[in-house]
Amino acid sequence: MIISISSGKGGTGKTTIGTNLALSLEGVQYVDCDVEEPNGHIFLKPQIEERISVGIPVPQVDKSKCTYCGECAKVCEFNAIVVVKEQVLFFPELCHACGGCSYICPEDAIEEVEREIGVIERGKAGGIEFVHGILNVGEPMAPPLIRTEKKFIDNGKTVIIDSSPGTSCPVVEAVKGSDFCLLVTEPTPFGLNDLRLAVEMVRKLNIPLGVLVNCCDIGDKEVWQYCEYESIPVLMEIPHDRGIAEAYSKGIPLVEEIPEYRSRFQDLYNQIEKRLQEESG
Amino acid sequence: MKELTVISGKGGTGKTTITAAFAALAQGQVMADGDVDAADLHLILTPRIKKEEEFFGGRAPLMDKDKCDECGICMELCRFEAIRDFIIDPISCEGCGLCMHACPNDAITMEEKFSGHWFISDTRFGPMVHGKLGIAEENSGKLVSLVRQQARLIAEEENKDLIIIDGPPGIGCPVIAAMTGVDLVLAVTEPTLSGIHDLERVLGVAGHFSVPATVCVNKFDINTENTEKIKEYCRERNIEVVGEIPYDPIVTKAMVAGQSITEYDSGVVTDIIKKMWARIETGLGNGFER
Repeated sequence: MIISISSGKGGTGKTTIGTNLALSLEGVQYVDCDVEEPNGHIFLKPQIEERISVGIPVPQVDKSKCTYCGECAKVCEFNAIVVVKEQVLFFPELCHACGGCSYICPEDAIEEVEREIGVIERGKAGGIEFVHGILNVGEPMAPPLIRTEKKFIDNGKTVIIDSSPGTSCPVVEAVKGSDFCLLVTEPTPFGLNDLRLAVEMVRKLNIPLGVLVNCCDIGDKEVWQYCEYESIPVLMEIPHDRGIAEAYSKGIPLVEEIPEYRSRFQDLYNQIEKRLQEESG
Repeated sequence: MKELTVISGKGGTGKTTITAAFAALAQGQVMADGDVDAADLHLILTPRIKKEEEFFGGRAPLMDKDKCDECGICMELCRFEAIRDFIIDPISCEGCGLCMHACPNDAITMEEKFSGHWFISDTRFGPMVHGKLGIAEENSGKLVSLVRQQARLIAEEENKDLIIIDGPPGIGCPVIAAMTGVDLVLAVTEPTLSGIHDLERVLGVAGHFSVPATVCVNKFDINTENTEKIKEYCRERNIEVVGEIPYDPIVTKAMVAGQSITEYDSGVVTDIIKKMWARIETGLGNGFER
């Protein structure tokens, strides 16, 4: 089973929930798909065993063959390749690596070369299989790295995917294909506004979802009213606690600071499993 | 004209809270929400929309089933696995158009794709430009650039010399679009190991694009040891820490009341943010050093 952890608003506790759920279960693979700002390793402290460079294929023009016809520039929807007189300019950060330019070139003058956009690291954190992607600083496009990272998913395990916040392409890439999406929110106007957006996204992907309300005793009650109105199950609530915040600040997992939470996270998993069984059965 | 972008790397560190307070403290600025994905600034600034425009972020393929003879060339060539069983999945499609060019039967055409809205509004603190990307849409960076461009136009028209931009979290394309070419970024962080890790990466992006940066440590008293580490890190890189804000539940109360913290309360948090704004304002005038 693949459970993705997401949220509209950032900083609501995705990584806290993802890592502690992983620490509370057996046979888990934790896949950190927040490749812009991966934080799971801070709490799980994995032993990294393998490091894989991830590149995307980008065009390289053979000037001896190029006739500057401009077909490559015409086909590129992202303006990543431009032909000015006797010069072909390439803007790597705009390139989506679709292969259109090399496909269309009538002179066969474009070859594709790998350009690194990030790395994937794999290892073990106790019994947990650990995978995370790290986007290179200055690199704009996360989705190709996330796509490659998800090829390492082990379907024989309980897979927990941590995503970045928001509702746009990197989040969609991380969440799609999962069996269940847990949305982490806080009961504030910002939390609710962004939760609505996240719910819309997950529904568009046709994935069953549930909500976890973190810092449930701050803010107001509107998140619960919204969930009730939308028939979204609130699967767990965690109160605001300075002790939890301080442990978090030091990279100490919640279940190590307060061991009673282990059974609460196991219960959360059981609820998700039960919901999925009901849905399929 | 000066542009300031508030960023953070890690989400939820207080970008929008601080941007909203700056909106209340600054004089004669244009506000721009550079988070078009999960935007929140409007919840505090309550904009009255004056102009609403559609945003077309790119093109998307449209397949004519009558012309398709299911040869499968498009499926073979598509690198985004966006065509399955001769049906285009709009969520996976990145709009590169290769399928259209490759189709031997001309069964695919590219159509402009509606991907969201952008708005010009009035707020109690002056004009605001903001956008809303459609759910699961691409090209957030493009919409952020458009929002910034419109904010500059308004600033020019109305003779305003400051634009304050609320940035998105992360380090990817919308963040880059929100910060390239601005005069200063303020990175809001928290003294947690995650906050520090993410701050270092986002400051790396600012450095990569040669944008001067300053730092604010929010909830600094959650872990004073980590706060010291952040200050040390910044000192070594000649980055000024312009504010240290303590944890205070009043900040959430102000948010629930739909007000900026400086309007809602005159306590210690407001005081520190006021000082921070004064420092940034002076620094913007003189030019912060990187």
